[in-house]
Amino acid sequence: MTAIAAPRFLQSTVGKKVVMAVTGIILFGFTIVHMLGNLQIYLGPAKFNAYAHFLKSVPSLLWGTRAILFISVLLHVVTAVQLTALAGAARPRAYSFRRWRSASYASRTMMLSGPLLALFVVYHLLHFTTGQAHPHFIKQDAYWNFVTGFKVVWTAVAYVVCMLALGLHLIHGAYSASQSLGLRTARTAPVFKLVAYAITIVLVAANISMPIAVQAGVIKLHVPTEVPPVVVGVR
Amino acid sequence: MAIKLESKIPDGPVEQAWDKHRFDMKLVNPANKRKYSVIVVGSGLAGGAASATLAELGYNVSCFCYQDSPRRAHSIAAQGGINAAKNYQNDGDSIHRLFYDTVKGGDYRAREANVHRLAQISVNIIDQAVAMGVPFAREYGGTLANRSFGGAQVSRTFYARGQTGQQLLLGAYQALERQIGLGKVKMYPRHEMLDLIVIDGRARGIVTRDMVTGKVASHVADAVVLGTGGYGNVFYLSTNAKGCNVTSIWRAYKKGAALANPCYTQIHPTCIPVSGDHQSKLTLMSESLRNDGRIWVPLKKGDTRRPDQIPEAERDYYLERKYPRFGNLVPRDVASRNAKQVCDEGRGVGETGLGVYLDFADAIKRLTEGGVRERYGNLFDMYERITDENPYKVPMRIFPAIHYTMGGTWVDYNLMSTLPGLHVIGEANFSDHGANRLGASALMQGLADGYFILPYTIGDYLARTKLDKITPDHPECKKVEAEVNGQTKKLLGIGGKRTVDSFHRELGKLLWEKCGMARNKAGLTEAIEKIPSIREEFWQNVKVLGGGEELNQSLEKAGRVADFLEFGELMCRDALHREESCGGHFREEYQTPEGEALRNDDDFAYVAAWEYAGEGKAPILNKEALEFHAVHLTQRSYK
Amino acid sequence: MNIKLHVWRQKNGADAGKIVDYDAPDISPDMSFLEMLDVVNERLITKGEDPIAFDHDCREGICGMCGMMINGTPHGPRKATTACQLHMRSFKDGDEIWIEPWRASAFPVVKDLVVNRGAFDRIIAAGGFVSVPAGSPPDGNAIPVPKMNADLAMDAAACIGCGACVAACPNGSAMLFTSAKVAHLARLPQGQPERDTRALRMVNQMDAEGFGGCTNVGECEAACPKEITLENIALMNRDYIKATAVYRKERAGGD
Repeated sequence: MTAIAAPRFLQSTVGKKVVMAVTGIILFGFTIVHMLGNLQIYLGPAKFNAYAHFLKSVPSLLWGTRAILFISVLLHVVTAVQLTALAGAARPRAYSFRRWRSASYASRTMMLSGPLLALFVVYHLLHFTTGQAHPHFIKQDAYWNFVTGFKVVWTAVAYVVCMLALGLHLIHGAYSASQSLGLRTARTAPVFKLVAYAITIVLVAANISMPIAVQAGVIKLHVPTEVPPVVVGVR
Repeated sequence: MAIKLESKIPDGPVEQAWDKHRFDMKLVNPANKRKYSVIVVGSGLAGGAASATLAELGYNVSCFCYQDSPRRAHSIAAQGGINAAKNYQNDGDSIHRLFYDTVKGGDYRAREANVHRLAQISVNIIDQAVAMGVPFAREYGGTLANRSFGGAQVSRTFYARGQTGQQLLLGAYQALERQIGLGKVKMYPRHEMLDLIVIDGRARGIVTRDMVTGKVASHVADAVVLGTGGYGNVFYLSTNAKGCNVTSIWRAYKKGAALANPCYTQIHPTCIPVSGDHQSKLTLMSESLRNDGRIWVPLKKGDTRRPDQIPEAERDYYLERKYPRFGNLVPRDVASRNAKQVCDEGRGVGETGLGVYLDFADAIKRLTEGGVRERYGNLFDMYERITDENPYKVPMRIFPAIHYTMGGTWVDYNLMSTLPGLHVIGEANFSDHGANRLGASALMQGLADGYFILPYTIGDYLARTKLDKITPDHPECKKVEAEVNGQTKKLLGIGGKRTVDSFHRELGKLLWEKCGMARNKAGLTEAIEKIPSIREEFWQNVKVLGGGEELNQSLEKAGRVADFLEFGELMCRDALHREESCGGHFREEYQTPEGEALRNDDDFAYVAAWEYAGEGKAPILNKEALEFHAVHLTQRSYK
Repeated sequence: MNIKLHVWRQKNGADAGKIVDYDAPDISPDMSFLEMLDVVNERLITKGEDPIAFDHDCREGICGMCGMMINGTPHGPRKATTACQLHMRSFKDGDEIWIEPWRASAFPVVKDLVVNRGAFDRIIAAGGFVSVPAGSPPDGNAIPVPKMNADLAMDAAACIGCGACVAACPNGSAMLFTSAKVAHLARLPQGQPERDTRALRMVNQMDAEGFGGCTNVGECEAACPKEITLENIALMNRDYIKATAVYRKERAGGD
C-alpha cells in the first residue's frame, strides 16, 4: 500500500469543505449586500424603486452577479449533498443513545437549515423577482410588491422564520468557513467567531425588521405627500 | 545436559569492546539482505525499533503484537524520561559516568561490557529520536532540556512532559508504519505468539493465534526476535498493561532458551495505593515526583490524624533522615523497601495502612502552585482522577508496586539466547540492568537494542549461518500447531467453576507476599510448595467459556495465566537459591545491621541462567560468572 | 451502588447485534469503569454467560486501546478522561448506563465493544512520519526548536489514537486524529521536508478509509481524552490547500 501523493482536491473531504467555505462566503457576502440594498425600503418608494431600477440597469452586472450566485448555490448544494452522503456512509448505524457535548444547535442543523433556505430562495425569487408567487405583482414597482407581499401575514411569518434559519446557518457557516480555509488559530478563532456572530445578528435583525415593519404599519403602501394629520388628544 | 553460556564479550578494555566487535562482525551484503526474513514479536520500543530498522536495512520483517495496533505496546506508559550521556548540562556527565552509575545502580549484577555499550549508544538514541520528530522538552534557546532523575547526580534525562515513553514509542511506531507502507514489514496485530518453532536446533519461526478468528498458524523465518516485555503481571497487580505476559519467553524457555535472574523484579516506589479487591492494576506516577515531593509518615504508630493535623515535629521524613546525602532521591529499591518497613512498623497511612505520604506543601511554597502544576500537572490530575483527592491540598499517598522485571531470557553480547537464532531484546532479556534498573534507563535499553545493536548482530548471525529453506508446511510446524490447538481445546474443555482471573489473583497475592519486596527462605519454600497445587486446580477447575475460533478474551487470559503459574515457581526458585540481597532482590536473612541489602560477591557474582529440564523435573541452574574490570565492587551506600 | 447497564452485544462482524440489559449490583464508587465491567464479566462467567468483550490494556489512559460510548459520549462523561480512568464515582446509585462500541464504517465491529481501528495505522503509514532511517542523524542540539513550537508539537503529539474523535463526530470524520499527526510534525523543523506530501498523503488515505468530512462542530475536541484542539484541523486544512497549490509530480529517478 503506497498512499497517493497527488492532490485530489475536489474529491477530498478537505477540498470539498473549501468549496463549501468559498461558495458560502460568496453567498454570505451577497446576503449582506442584499440586506443593505433592501434597507432602503425605509427611505420610501422613490428611493427604493430607483435602487431597484439601478440594479437592472446594467445587464452585464446583473447577469454576471446572477451567474456567480447561481454557480455558488449549485456548488454549495451539490457539495453539501456529497458531504452528507459521505457522512452517512461513514456512520451507517446511529447510536442508540447519544448526548452532545459541544456541538451547537446551529452546527447540528445545517442540513435542515440549508434545504429550508434553498426552498426559501426559490420561493423568494418567485415572490419578488418573477412574481408568480405574488398575488398582486406589478412588474416595475418593487416598493408596491414589497409592501403588498409582506402585508400577507403568513408570508411575513414565513420570511421571519426563514431569516432565523438563515441566522443559524450563517452563524455556524461563517465561523466554520474560517476553519475550513485553515485561517483559524488560537488567536484568530475568537475574532472570526465575533465577526460571524456580529454580522449575522445585524443581518438577521435588519432583514426581519422589514416584514415586521410592514405588518406594524411602519412601512405603508401610500405615503401621503402632505403633512400627516395631527393626532388629537394624545398629549 | 547443561547448556554452555558463552557470553561472547569481546576481549580487551570495555571502552573499546563495542567498536572492536562491530568490526569483527560479519556483514550481509546489501543485495542479499532482501533474501532474509526475520520475525519480530512485540512492537514496543525494542520490537518496534528493531522491526523498522531491520526493514530499513533491507530485511523482510514480520512483526506481531497482541494489541490492535503496534502503537499500543506498553513502552507507551513510561513517563519520566530517557537517559543519555550527552553532558548537555555541563555538569560532569560522561559515557563512563552513565556506565558506572548503571553498573552500580544494578548492584553489580550486570555485565560490564553490555552496560558500557548501552551508555555509548545512549547519545545516538537521542539524536535519532530528535531527527524523527520526537517532541522533547526544550529550553527557551531551542536546545534540549534535561532533568535529574531517579537518584542521578547529573541531569542527563531527556523527557517529553510526562509522556516520554509514549513519544519515543510513537517515533518508533511511525518508522515502523513507514516500512509497513513500503511493504518491507508485514504487520500482524491482534496476533499472539503461543509457541516457538525450533528446527535443527535453531529458532525458525513461531506459532500464533489470530485473536480475531482464532486461527492458529505457523510463521517461519531465518531468525526470530522476541521483544515481548517483562513478566511483572505474574504478580497480578502491577503497573504493567493488562495484556503483558510471560508466554513468549516462557515458551522459548521450554524450547531451550535459558531464563536468567527471574527473581530480579523491580518495585516502583511511587504508585497509587490499592483501593479494594476489585483493583485490576496499579498506576504508577513518575518518579520525578520525588524531585520535589517529600516522603513522610507519622512518628507514632497508628496515628489516624489527618495529615494537616500532624505537626512537623511528629512527622518522620524517613528517607531524608536515613540518607541525608540523597534524601528522597535514593534508588527505587531503597525507597520501596523503606516504605514497606515503615508500614510494617504500623506507621503506614490511608485506610489500608499501606501507604506513605508524598507531600508537596514545601514545593508549593517554594515554586507556587502554578510552578508545581507546570512540572507535574498531568500527574496531579491523574492522581486526583483515581483517588478523588486533590494533591495540591492533601499530600499524595503512595505505595510501591511491581513495575519492571530485570530478569528475562539469557542473551549473549549479541542479544542471542542459548537457542541459536532466537534473539531477545528490551525488557524481555536479562541483560543490562543487573539486579536493579535505574530510572529512565528502560527506554534507553529498549531503543539501544532495537535501533543500534540487534540490527548489527543479527546480520552477523545470518552471515555466519547456513540455513535451509523451510515453509510453514514443515512437519515441525504442524507438530507445534497441533500442540497449541491441543492446549486451547484442553482449556475450553475443563468446564470448571473458577474464573481465570481468580486464579491469577491467587497466584499474584501469594507471590507478592512471598516473593515481593522482601523475601525469606521459609516464605519462598512455602510458595514453591503452594504454586503447583494452584496450578493443578487451575487445570481441573478453570472455567473458560466460548470457542477457540472467535475473539475470546477469557481464553487469551487463560493461556497467559497457565504460563504464569509455571513461571512463578521458577521465579521463587531463583529467589530461594540466591542467598544474598542485591538490587530488587532483598532476602531478609541477608542484610546489614542497618537493614541495607547485603550482597555476597564471593558466592553470587554470577548470572543465574535456568535451563528447562523437562516436564516435572527441577530446572537446571547454569552460572555465568560476572567479571568487573572497569568498576570496583562496593557496597552501595546512599547515606 | 447498583447500576443498570444497556450493553451492545454482537457476536462478530457478521452478526446484527443488539442492546442487552444487565444489572450490576454492589459496585464500589472507587472502581474504574473497566473494573466495573470486569466484575460484571466475572459474574457472567460464573453464570455461564459469555462475558462482554472490550478492548483495554494499560488502564492508565495512555495506550489508547480502550474506548466505548458511555451514555452517548466517547469514554463517558468526564472531560479529558479515558474509559479506563473514569471512576464509578462519576455515576450515581441507580443510574442507567448505555454502552456501545465506536460506530464508524471505517471501524468495523469485531465483537461486542471491540472495533478494528486499523484505518488509523494506515493513515500513519501513508505519511505520518519523518523519513529518517536509524543511522547517523545530526546531534540532537544541532536542530534548535523554539520552546513554543516544541510545546505545541507535544500538544498535538499527545494523541493516543483511541478513536474517540471519530466516534464523537456526527460525520464519522477522522480529521482530529489525522491533523494531530500533521500538526505535530508541521510544528517541528524535522517535519518540514515532507510537510506538503505528508498532508496530501495522509488526507488521501483518510478519505480512502471511508471517514466522513469535517463540519467543524467540535464534538471531537470535546471528546478527546488528550484535549487535542480544533486548531490542528485548521493547520492541516491550511497545509493541504498549500500543498495542493504547490504540488509537482515527483521526478523520475527519485527514490
